[in-house]
Parts: sequence; structure tokens; C-alpha cells
Amino acid sequence: MADPAKPGETNRPALSLHVPEPRYRPGDKADFSHIDIGNPGDQPRPDEGIHPSQMAGLAYGMVRVLGDDNQAHGPWNPRLSPDTLRAMLGHMALVRAFDERMFRGQRQGKTSFYMKCTGEEATSIAPAMALASDDMVFPSYRQQGILIARGYPLIDMINQIYSNKADKLKGRQLPIMYSSREHSFFSISGNLATQCPQAVGWAMASAARGDSRIAASWVGEGSTAEGDFHSACTFAAVYNAPVILNVVNNQWAISSFSGFAGAERTTFAARGLGYGIAALRVDGNDALACYAAAEWAANRARGNHGPTLIEYFTYRAEGHSTSDDPSGYRSAQEREEWPLGDPVTRLKNHLIAIGEWDEDRQAAMDLACAEQVKTTTKEAEKNGILGHGLHHPFHTMFEDVYEELPWHLEEQAEQAIRERITKFGTERPFG
Amino acid sequence: MSEDIATLGEPVLAERRLNMIEAINEALDIMLVRDPDVIIMGEDVGYFGGVFRATAGLQAKHGKNRVFDTPISECGIIGVAVGMGAYGLRPVPEIQFADYIYPGLDQLISEAARLRYRSAGDYIAPITVRSPFGGGIFGGQTHSQSPEALFTHVAGLKTVIPATPHDAKGLLISAIEDNDPVIFFEPKRIYNGPFSGYYDKPVEPWKKHPDSVVPEGYYKIPLGKARTVREGEQLTVLAYGTMVHVAEAVCTSKGVDAEILDLRTLVPLDIKAIEASVEKTGRCLIVHEATRTSGFGAELSALVTERCFYHLEAPVERVTGFDTPYPHSLEWAYFPGPVRIGEAIDKLLKD
Repeated sequence: MADPAKPGETNRPALSLHVPEPRYRPGDKADFSHIDIGNPGDQPRPDEGIHPSQMAGLAYGMVRVLGDDNQAHGPWNPRLSPDTLRAMLGHMALVRAFDERMFRGQRQGKTSFYMKCTGEEATSIAPAMALASDDMVFPSYRQQGILIARGYPLIDMINQIYSNKADKLKGRQLPIMYSSREHSFFSISGNLATQCPQAVGWAMASAARGDSRIAASWVGEGSTAEGDFHSACTFAAVYNAPVILNVVNNQWAISSFSGFAGAERTTFAARGLGYGIAALRVDGNDALACYAAAEWAANRARGNHGPTLIEYFTYRAEGHSTSDDPSGYRSAQEREEWPLGDPVTRLKNHLIAIGEWDEDRQAAMDLACAEQVKTTTKEAEKNGILGHGLHHPFHTMFEDVYEELPWHLEEQAEQAIRERITKFGTERPFG
Repeated sequence: MSEDIATLGEPVLAERRLNMIEAINEALDIMLVRDPDVIIMGEDVGYFGGVFRATAGLQAKHGKNRVFDTPISECGIIGVAVGMGAYGLRPVPEIQFADYIYPGLDQLISEAARLRYRSAGDYIAPITVRSPFGGGIFGGQTHSQSPEALFTHVAGLKTVIPATPHDAKGLLISAIEDNDPVIFFEPKRIYNGPFSGYYDKPVEPWKKHPDSVVPEGYYKIPLGKARTVREGEQLTVLAYGTMVHVAEAVCTSKGVDAEILDLRTLVPLDIKAIEASVEKTGRCLIVHEATRTSGFGAELSALVTERCFYHLEAPVERVTGFDTPYPHSLEWAYFPGPVRIGEAIDKLLKD
């Protein structure tokens, strides 16, 4: 280490390093009154062709629609039909039921890993509904709501989570790393933020071809620190790409609070302004606001007005994954004290307030969702669960590394199959 | 030029001689015409035509939607190419120097190389990353590296290195048409002439070399097939890129009857050609410019030893760059030139 230049020996003051620290740790009483959430209906809704510099306030404020009175307020009210609102609520209820069941499945040893999106359902389901079904999405790992909203079969999700013999990804991917070209849903990577420049590239290709489809990516606030996110912003701005860069700010990246991604200094939406990208900061627990922001950004992209960065301000109500225990690093009170409430409850209360829903129908729907998930899970279990048998023929391990197997993979495949016979005999025990 | 050609005793009219840059430019032009999905992008590749001129004239001919400049962000260039590939395009990004490819490694290794596998064929990355590599041009440590072994180590990537204008064109067309991601390293020391390794002798232009005869139009050289540069009995030389020419010059000057294989593709490797040659000669010299430890030569040496052991009459020899950064002023002391190769040949042939 270099010898420090001591303050006493120079005229310069001593420096100090700032290491961010979240406000509350386990056992602390959580109080979020310092967060300025503004008022529903207060934010202006500019024309989609506006120059980003003219809408800078929207990167620091918060677009909100649903008020404490459970009514929709202001110019961002997307004015959705009751049928659409009920469909949205239905998707959110199904995702929540699905998450509950899969989480339990992991705890019961049916798979290795699961990630819930509890509290963040609106940030994937509402934007997915605002996009066209063939707009390309590049999700991160907590956007199962998109697949639900796009009608991807539940059983295919569960087969993937179990890595069983019906898993369309042949048991190769960690649970929840879905892929469905048919649903314009890009293969999920475990490497964070890589999907951001990919979405921009897809959008650039679509624009270069004179296509009408746009792209959208999702990333957590924590991984906006990755270079990929900033490459994505640069390319999106440079080529005016028809893309929506969604940042789900759920406050926590495993145990690191948003301060480690820079949240003490500015908002994540404000990152867009430096690039000349239109930026919106949205109440992520307000499904109507989420929908309205995505719709605005989609209109902007389709009109060749360029990219939009949307920050969904929300809260990760559960652990990062089944491998995480948040009681070790944050106050258990945070979830209940979160000032923006629960997205499912808020949407349900809105529908009730406008006379289009009631608690009985909600209870019946929740029951139906739980039943649907339960039945589908049992169906999927017939295809096997992780660890109970080797569900896929060994040769499949070597397929799709390349389009065709080169000699060295053929040799290794022969070795793997030989090892199986050595261990289990010539009778193929599994799969 | 006609005099040179006459000297070689080949028909003048049938020949068209190109240097490696011109051959690469022609391959790109042909593929832009043949396949509307091909797009070219990279730093300075558009209006200007690339710092080595490999893309000269292509934007003017094919338009800015097909050939365009990019921000200085290798992560972004490769990431965007992966997205374009998912859309259905066939991107050919250029990384200006192989030394600059590292910011794009995650997108290459974790994304492009894995995409077909992890999505079970839902999505592919039919990307060809072109990049000048290797030293010998006083490029210092940031314009001279040979990082091929980083890529041969990655399942899902193919690594291709041409050694002549004729091969550069045919291999590049194959790489672009390939549905897997290909790293296409262009040995920049031999862009303009086949370097012999005798840096103190005058530079030879490509037009004196028979492999600068490049057919017009479309042709392919398959990936995974080595080229026998010359047949011989005394030993086998395994080399690629610039070192093919250096090894050949040393063998000629020493009067060694070597069989020289230009590997052309490192992954997938032409193992049959290697086995056949080593079984015939019983001695094997591996030459590359990259640093030694964990270099691709280590893989070649292991393969030859594992598969041809009972045919070997001497231990396999590796001649490589030293395990140092590429030094600017001591470039020729680093470079695995005639002295280092000559000593290894003497050692191999000693008994």
C-alpha cells in the first residue's frame, strides 16, 4: 500500500469513503415516510413524440393512477374496459397461486430452485398486456407474469421447473429460465442484464427491416450497474431503437439494497435522461400505471420516436429465491410498511370500487387458480420431477452445443453412454 | 504483376490476385448480395470502411441499414448482434482488434455460445465475429494479442483462422453461412503479404504467392478441414495464420522435409488430418504466436500424444510466444521466429 498523504502534513482535508447502508436491518422498525410517492393523477402525460429533455420531471416523480380511494385518476388512466381489468387481475391471481405452489414444490424436494415475483406481478403482467402478443420480450428471471399473460401453458412451465422428460428445454436450464419462440419470449439467461443490448439489437433489426414489431427488456435495479445495461442505453439512443427498457426497482438485489446500484443519488429512470432516452418512473404496484407507461412507450416506439426507459418502483415482498432468507439482512416490517401496498389487492379493490367485482368472486377466482395449478402440477409430475431419474437420454446432453455434433462431442457422447451402461447395465433404467 | 505471374508459370487470364483484405472484402460483398439477412457492423466499418479497409465500399454499395458504424462498446456490439440473430438476421460484427474483444466476452461466452443449447434450438446465434489478431506490426500489447485459446475453450463457439487470401474468402463465406457463432481471427501481419518471419528481410506482397489467386464469385471452404501446405516425411508441423508461413520459410531454409498442416479451423479441429500426418512422420511440431501456457498448442500436444503416442519417435515440441504481454520494442524477441522454430526442429530431429 502506498503511504497515505496525511492531512496534518498537507493543507488538504482527510477523505472519507461512503459505503451505502440501508435504513433498516433485521429487528428495526421500518418507516418509509421519507419516500416521496406523490399523488395519483398528478403527473402530466405528454405526447409520445416529446423530446426526452422536455419530460425530465417524469423521471424523478412517480406516475400513479390508482388512489387510496381505489379510483383511477388523471391523464395516465389507461381507461381499460372492465373485462380487460378482470383479465389482468386473473393473470395476477394465477401467477400468485403458481408461485405459491412452485415454492412449496421446491421445499418438498421436487426441484432445485424457484423464484417468486410476489409484489411485483403488475410490472410484468400489465406491460405484457399493453404490448402486442408478437412484440418480442427479453425478460429477466422474475417475469413469469409475461408467460401467464401470453397464455403459455402452465404445464410447460412446470415441466421446465421439474426438468422432467417433457421439459421443452431438455432439462438443461435452471428452473424458471424459460424460453418460447412461439410466444416471442426470449430464452432467459442467468447472467444479468445481457438481455438488454439483445433487446436493442432485436429492435434495431426490426427497424432495419421496416417491421412493425417492437422489443422490450426487463432488468432489476441491481443489475443496471452492469455494463450491458449501459451499452443497451447507448445503442438504443444512438439508433433510436424501437425498444422499451424496463427496470424493475424492487429495492433489493439479494441482500444488497438499491443504494449499491446508485439509488442514494438519483432515480433509475433518470439514467435514461443522460442518454437522451425518454424516461418514466412508475408506481410498480399500480397495475393501471404500469399498463399506461408501457402503452405510452410502445406508442412512442411504434411511431419511430425512439426508446423509453421505465422504472417500476416496487418492492420484492419475498426472498430473492428459494436459496435466500431475507430475514438475515432486512427488516421483516418492510413488506407491511411498503407505502405502495400490494398490486393484486389494489387492482381488486379498484374493480370492486367501480362495481365490476366483489369479494366472493375474488375468493372463487383465487380458489379456481389454486385448483388449476394443483391439477396441472399433478399432471406435470407424471412426467417426473428433478432428481428422481435421469429423464433425458444422455446423447441429448451433447446436442445443440452446435448445429451438428463435431467429432469430439460424438466421442464424449459415446463415453457418457458407456459410463451409463457401466453404472446401470445395458437395461436403460430411465427416460 | 504479369511478370510475376509468368514466373510462376500459371495462365495469366484465369488469375486474379488479391491480398487478404481484398479477399475478405469480396467475401463480405458477396454475402451481402446473396443473403439479405447479412448485416455488417463495428467501429469505423461504415462510411470509412474499417481501419484495415476490410469493409471499404460496402456501405456505399449496400446502404446504411446493412453496413454501419457502432459505438465503441464491444459488449454492446456483440449483445446487439445476439439480438439481431434472434430476430433472424445473420450479423457479421467486426471487433477492431482482437485485443478489444474482452468487454464482449460475456455476450460471446454466456449468450451467443449457449443460446442454441439453453433454448433447445428455439433461438440461435448465427454470428460471425471478425477480428484482426496477432502481432508483428509494432502494435504494442494492445494491438498484437492472439486470444484464440480463450474461444476454443468455450463450448458452442467455432474458431477459424485463415492463412491465405484464397482461404480467407472461402472460410469467411462458410463462417457467415454457419448457424453457430464463429470467431474469425484475421492474422493482420499477413493482410498484405505472407510474412516469412525474417523481419529483417524485405516484405513480400501477396501477388507473388500462389494462394493469392482468388476465384471470382461465391465459393466455400468447409470449416473443420485442414489444408496440407506441403507434404513431407521428416516431421509434421501444425500451425495456423501467420505462423504457417513462418514455419514454411524456416523448413525451406533448413532444408527439412516437413509436412505442414494449416489447421484453418481450431474448433472443430481436423483431427483426422493431424493423426494421418503424425502417424506418417512420427514427429510433431506445434507453432503458434500466442502465449504458451494453456495456449491452443497445449490442446494440440495433448491430442497428438493421446492419439498418436505409439507412432511418436520424439516428444511433441511446442514453439510459441513467451508468457509475457506483447512488448512493443522487443516484439521480435517475443515473436516465435526462425531461431526458436529452428531450435525446436533440431531437437525433434536429433535422434
